[in-house]
Amino acid sequence: MSGHDHTHDHDHDAHEPLVIEDEAGNIEGQILADALQTLLVERGLIAPGEVRREIERIESPGVHLGAKIVARAWVDDAYRERLLKDGKSAAAELGIGVGEAQLIVVENDAETHNLVCCTLCSCYPRSILGQPPAWYISKAYRARAVREPRAVLEEFGLAVPDDVRLLVHDSNADMRYLVLPRRPEGGEGLSEDQLAALVTRDCMIGVSVVAPVA
Amino acid sequence: MKPRFDAGDRVSVLELGKAGHIRTPFYVRHKSGVVLRRCGAFLNPEDLSVGNVGGPVVPLYRVGFAMTDLWDEYRGSPADMLCIELYDHWLTPAAPEGAG
Repeated sequence: MSGHDHTHDHDHDAHEPLVIEDEAGNIEGQILADALQTLLVERGLIAPGEVRREIERIESPGVHLGAKIVARAWVDDAYRERLLKDGKSAAAELGIGVGEAQLIVVENDAETHNLVCCTLCSCYPRSILGQPPAWYISKAYRARAVREPRAVLEEFGLAVPDDVRLLVHDSNADMRYLVLPRRPEGGEGLSEDQLAALVTRDCMIGVSVVAPVA
Repeated sequence: MKPRFDAGDRVSVLELGKAGHIRTPFYVRHKSGVVLRRCGAFLNPEDLSVGNVGGPVVPLYRVGFAMTDLWDEYRGSPADMLCIELYDHWLTPAAPEGAG
């Protein structure tokens, strides 16, 4: 590299910064976003409150929406069939708007386990599960989920038996995916709302399963 | 554009050598799989990413690949499958399975 006139007594690569931070610890993208927002506000094109409201809107959907869809599918076979055929329309039946292009629901059963990832970025059914967890957008998960999914699942504490077929869904383009987990053993007497409370985010991504009801 | 493929068709993924906002990951290029379903038609993200929103729309498919066809060292069931969305122009008909 040019412009370096100080001496080194160690390998230069070892301390190359991974990200560019300003004195407040902001990464490069944040610095650009802040500069852009400052300009837009100064020119009167947006108000700071609008930005806050938009962030609030983006971050308001949560796991409870996906859980509601799953619980309904568990108690209503006809709904389950509609859901598997057209996820977006079935979600709309429950008053849940899916903002993404389409929603494909993939069902776990005794012979099949489904796992969702996005190798190219962070595509995720945000309108029904909220924002993805940090590990979902990590390069390690994105690369390994399609290459050694069973090892990844074992690290999440889920051993998929060899006689169960594993389907990995790379949400790389215009579809989004929701895993319909298996209804837990022992949950026969539970109401739809009680069932929904058992459904976690990770079960709907496919890195976990719904635990049996004690 | 009318969809050229339908569920059950065997297809191979091309290497178009394009740069930019490409939604076909390298790990499926030159690989063969089976069309699982048609997904409709969408504006091409390769065009959208450079501000060309005028279309045309491109058919999109879900294509399934045997994990053992993607990765030589794959550990798991031979039935394990990778399902991914691919746009029409990245696909070409493949020889039927077992035909060579």
